[in-house]
Amino acid sequence: MNATPHADLAPESLQVAGDFPILSRPVHGRRLAYLDNGATTQKPAAVIEAEARYYRESNANIHRGVHWLSQDATELYDSARQTVRALLNAAHVDEIVFTRGTTEAINLVAQSWGQASLGAGDEILLTTMEHHSNIVPWQLLCDRTGAVLKVVPVTDAGELELDAFDELLGERTRLFAVTHVSNALGTVNPLPMLIEKAHAAGALVLVDGAQAVAHQTVDVQALGCDFYAFSGHKLYGPTGIGALYARAELLAAMPPWQGGGDMIRTVSFERSTWADAPQRFEAGTPNIAGAIGLAAAIDYVQGIGLERIAAHERALLAYATEVTGAIPGVRIIGTARHKAGILSFLVDGIHPHDLGTILDTEGVAIRAGHHCAMPLMTRFGIPGTARASLAMYNDTADIDALVTAIHKAQEMFGTRSRPS
Amino acid sequence: MSDMHGNLRELYQEVIFDHNRQPRNFHPMPEADHQADGHNPLCGDQLTVFLRIENGVIEDASFVGHGCAISTASASLMTEAIKGKPVEEVEALFRDFHALLTDVPPERDFGKLVALAGVREFPARVKCATLAWHTLHNAIAGEHDPARTE
Repeated sequence: MNATPHADLAPESLQVAGDFPILSRPVHGRRLAYLDNGATTQKPAAVIEAEARYYRESNANIHRGVHWLSQDATELYDSARQTVRALLNAAHVDEIVFTRGTTEAINLVAQSWGQASLGAGDEILLTTMEHHSNIVPWQLLCDRTGAVLKVVPVTDAGELELDAFDELLGERTRLFAVTHVSNALGTVNPLPMLIEKAHAAGALVLVDGAQAVAHQTVDVQALGCDFYAFSGHKLYGPTGIGALYARAELLAAMPPWQGGGDMIRTVSFERSTWADAPQRFEAGTPNIAGAIGLAAAIDYVQGIGLERIAAHERALLAYATEVTGAIPGVRIIGTARHKAGILSFLVDGIHPHDLGTILDTEGVAIRAGHHCAMPLMTRFGIPGTARASLAMYNDTADIDALVTAIHKAQEMFGTRSRPS
Repeated sequence: MSDMHGNLRELYQEVIFDHNRQPRNFHPMPEADHQADGHNPLCGDQLTVFLRIENGVIEDASFVGHGCAISTASASLMTEAIKGKPVEEVEALFRDFHALLTDVPPERDFGKLVALAGVREFPARVKCATLAWHTLHNAIAGEHDPARTE
């Protein structure tokens, strides 16, 4: 591999970092190179302002007050749902349920649809590259229903073994739950083909979109998936807010999973009746400010353009892969043909945690560890990796800072091979 | 604001690199009469501590496992520090060592263990340096559940 600088590969910056106040904050006296976007993204001023403006100007509870502020808050909240619908191109706004995030969205499907639909011997098909949040809710469901988990293995490159998928997909398969983009490897899964096959076998499909929505356009109708879950905070929005898309006829048949205010039609001590979706799945006062912040984040992202963001991150990932992979002693984990925004790697002789600490002192923020994907780490026979994950505001300066910091770590550990 | 680059040099001293590259007492011990597993689920560090205790004295100590430089070096330095010492003295040493990393350290001679004092400036790494000691504590107490640092 060519180890000279790769100026020809270097993509232009999108020049959006100035919109993110935190990015101008030095860390340990260094310019911050924030490369932990797979964990959470930073927030543009537009999102911070939208949340603050809501509390300053519109705060009230929704769906109940006759007063002016309550109507204002209700309109903002309902309009946020429309914004999410448009982001995913769902057919109808009632197909969007607000949740705390991806994890809660998946738990909702497991506890509502799963509990009502699955029985002993039914199968849930997962993949080795799932995040714990797309594993554990299904294990809990299996414990309660007697359903069993089946797992599609991955290749050494970090792609799904499609022959195994075909074999594992059987007449007992009721659900295929799969990540859109692997948070640990960056693999983009071939969803249209997978969904078509799962449907042909009579299974529903849930897609974990946590690592996808900020990095590419998502069209749930074109995909044909039955459930799609994502988190706002990985999409430049606030923490504690996310959404579940579910096809209308599925939602209509799903029982409530949490009881309380806002999710009922009538309540008596003899019998209560439930509101229609999506309210049926949003018991209690929701994260109103979060939903409004999320809508502001989506507006911001749409203003930049997801196609443009995707192209930029693709070019930056290619650059990062080239210059990081060219460092002697660096091994990239996850070399799928189709990847998005994530570079997982190991450095010979340096544990990812030591690397993470040293990089941090250079202002480079990465994640080190198992990335909540322990079965995947076991598959690769490693305890964890160092992971640089990209966002729209990253540029070649961030990647160059990463490379310089890796060199520094190798010098400290005495593992840097010098050209003789 | 403290000098992070000076702190980093304090953290990664030559003693740490030496014990990471060539951990001492790094082998299983079939004749051990006490042993325990330690696991740091957050970072995947995993180790087993083996002890041979006679008349309340740690006659032999070893470990196996994998982890970062701090946890490997700490385990290695620990096995050196505790060999030949009475169990009560070792438990007291753990308390003092923990204070060295997190609190006001008592006046005492820590020997080579002082090389780990740099961890103080890196709160996220304290658990790396204490995993072996928590595991040691469980081995002495005969705990069968893996030791954790949080």
